[in-house]
Amino acid sequence: MNRTMREKIGAAFPDATCSTALDTVVVEVSPETLHNTLARLKNDAAFNCGLLLDVTAIDYLDHPQPQPARFAVVYTLRNWQDNLLVQVRCPVADPERGIPSACHLWGSANWGEREVYDQYGISFAGHPDLRRILNHWQFQGHPLRKDYPIGKGQICYETDSLEKEIRARLVENGINETTLKDINTEIMFLNLGPSHPATHGAIRILTALDGETILANVNEIGYLHRGFEKTAEHRTYNQIVPLTDRLNYCSSMINNIAYVKAIEAWLGVQITERAQFMRVVLTEFYRILDHLVCIAANLVDMGGLTNYWYLYNEKEAAYDFISRLTGARLTSSFTRIGGMYRDFYEGWKEDLEGHLRAIEKGIGDSLKLVETNRIVHDRTQNVCILPAETALSYGFTGPTLRASGVPFDLRKDAPYYNYQHFDFEVPVGSTGDIYDRFMIRFEEMFQSIRILRQAMKHIPEGPVDVADARVHLPPKSEVYGNIEGLANHFKLVFEGVKVPPGEWYDSFEAANGELGFHVVADGSGRPYKLKVRPPCFYIMGGFHKMVEGNMIADAIINLGCINIIGGELDR
Amino acid sequence: MAVGLEASLGNSVITTKLDAIINWGRQYSLWPFIFGTACCAIEFMSAAASQHDISRFGAEVVRFSPRQADLLLVCGTISYKQAPILKRIYEQIPLPKWVVAMGACASSGGIYDNYCTVQGIDTIIPVDVYISGCPPRPEVVLDALIKIQQQIQGETVLHDRHKDFKGILD
Ligand code: SF4
Repeated sequence: MNRTMREKIGAAFPDATCSTALDTVVVEVSPETLHNTLARLKNDAAFNCGLLLDVTAIDYLDHPQPQPARFAVVYTLRNWQDNLLVQVRCPVADPERGIPSACHLWGSANWGEREVYDQYGISFAGHPDLRRILNHWQFQGHPLRKDYPIGKGQICYETDSLEKEIRARLVENGINETTLKDINTEIMFLNLGPSHPATHGAIRILTALDGETILANVNEIGYLHRGFEKTAEHRTYNQIVPLTDRLNYCSSMINNIAYVKAIEAWLGVQITERAQFMRVVLTEFYRILDHLVCIAANLVDMGGLTNYWYLYNEKEAAYDFISRLTGARLTSSFTRIGGMYRDFYEGWKEDLEGHLRAIEKGIGDSLKLVETNRIVHDRTQNVCILPAETALSYGFTGPTLRASGVPFDLRKDAPYYNYQHFDFEVPVGSTGDIYDRFMIRFEEMFQSIRILRQAMKHIPEGPVDVADARVHLPPKSEVYGNIEGLANHFKLVFEGVKVPPGEWYDSFEAANGELGFHVVADGSGRPYKLKVRPPCFYIMGGFHKMVEGNMIADAIINLGCINIIGGELDR
Repeated sequence: MAVGLEASLGNSVITTKLDAIINWGRQYSLWPFIFGTACCAIEFMSAAASQHDISRFGAEVVRFSPRQADLLLVCGTISYKQAPILKRIYEQIPLPKWVVAMGACASSGGIYDNYCTVQGIDTIIPVDVYISGCPPRPEVVLDALIKIQQQIQGETVLHDRHKDFKGILD
């Protein structure tokens, strides 16, 4: 499939260099041809790359291999119907001059390019709003450049006012100065957050209101930017697993698994059958936990506190269950490159079944309270509707995209870990309103329970780790018993797993959508660069499209139903 | 046994020190403001939920306005971008107030020793109790609460404890 695709793309762009990395077709173009290449990949029916998944850059300053320019910008595109992944790379010799922006092609380019500008200082000509996004406005320099020292913090004394941005957004929505000055329109600016109970974390939502209706909305993120990517560059590959816990901390294990899967893919390590099944079991279990918290909190926003107890109690019990397996309630760090930290404990299967029953009951009780509840219906149905095209343009994935009617799920469309053999359905919404986004999570939990039961029935016996001295620690008896084992252990711990040089992108269907990792390896035990493609970053980037025209109270529950998790949003 | 003035007042009046009675009241009606930014806030949710039930210690009246709270619980990583907001919230809490730094991040920056993370909130605001862990278990949140209660017992109402505090944002 990708061979023919590569030839097809190669023929369509004779000036570009084409190659493949894992399942991705990589097209290398010059800044002059970048725009046409992107436009054709999006609009030509033969390629149909409707999703711009991510924009990132690489600073080759310290890279051992010579490169055409110091920086390169990478656009990751996906044709979700035909499971085609394309990356367009463009070398950037002069970051000040930069390259043309892709904002008019995809909405997701807006925030993606802002992040590149913020972290690497690369300009995008024609970008409507090129300013910092993760770091604060008083920050000097660009932290992901290789010559920026990791420990150099910069104090922020004041928060940005966002006044310019909200006014620009008002004008874009057709409200000009004359309307603003008109005595009959009383536009009020209302700021929510970053420390506000409804924002579930630190996000700032600024709205311009006419009565209670939102005329314009701009959002600020980055309050939980913790430097994941820079820190990862200073850690060995296995040391990064604990950092991934803290991305989406409601489903830490899914991040652990997605991350090691990305590294294993490039190493060519085939993990054992049992480990694959374990990963499916744990992923689906955490998907349920993630959805439980999302729905519970969302219902609290709507005033349904009883639901919170029904749902949260199951989650609380599940935490204790998980800590029996991993030793920690929240931050699991349970995977290793080449397998798992350890096998399930004895009796896990029965415990799991018990929890599944309890969860089914909890969800059932909660559903009884909401399914035919007039208040829930009135507040969610036909509210904050997002059409499929807009959702795709803004790079939505996961339940929020499926709610808008796009049946894209990596577990079905690009299956890994034997997902193609499991019997489950992908729920899809019909309207794209809050109700759909909300009910899809309920249904996904039932589907996950189905997968879990099948997986626990068919899970084979056997080891959970690969016996490969390149990636996996030798058994303790060898470490203490002979010098080869000791040296092997020492080198793996101190120098890390050696990953061959290269660049690749690998993705995973996490609870919130496509969780991707773009990795640049230089052959050492630490990544040269590790970029996370967090699902909720792009979902938040399209937030204004959902809430403008709706009421302020709707914006609150809309924020709850898209499940924004700060750790993943800001990294 | 009552002596002196107390003896002449009879059984209907109890005399005590002002500090003792006020501190007694304050101890058991702490109103927390949750400054939850990251993973630690999830564990705070567990501390408040049924199983651990923070109301056993009189601190279940979680406030969302700093003006109504007296215990600031900082749960999660504080970045430099967040720092001025934390300081503002702290200043908005009326006296007397107590601060708990929950988790490694709030206490010291935790695993994030880098360009964007504040290396401990005590560089911005004064802290009374630190909780270790990443994240701490809910029981430890309760333990911190008990520690604050013990600390309150020994305080005097006439003294502003942090008058001379100077942080990086001052
Ligand atoms: S201490 Fe650990 S769990 Fe708590 S906010 Fe920091 S990283 Fe998250």
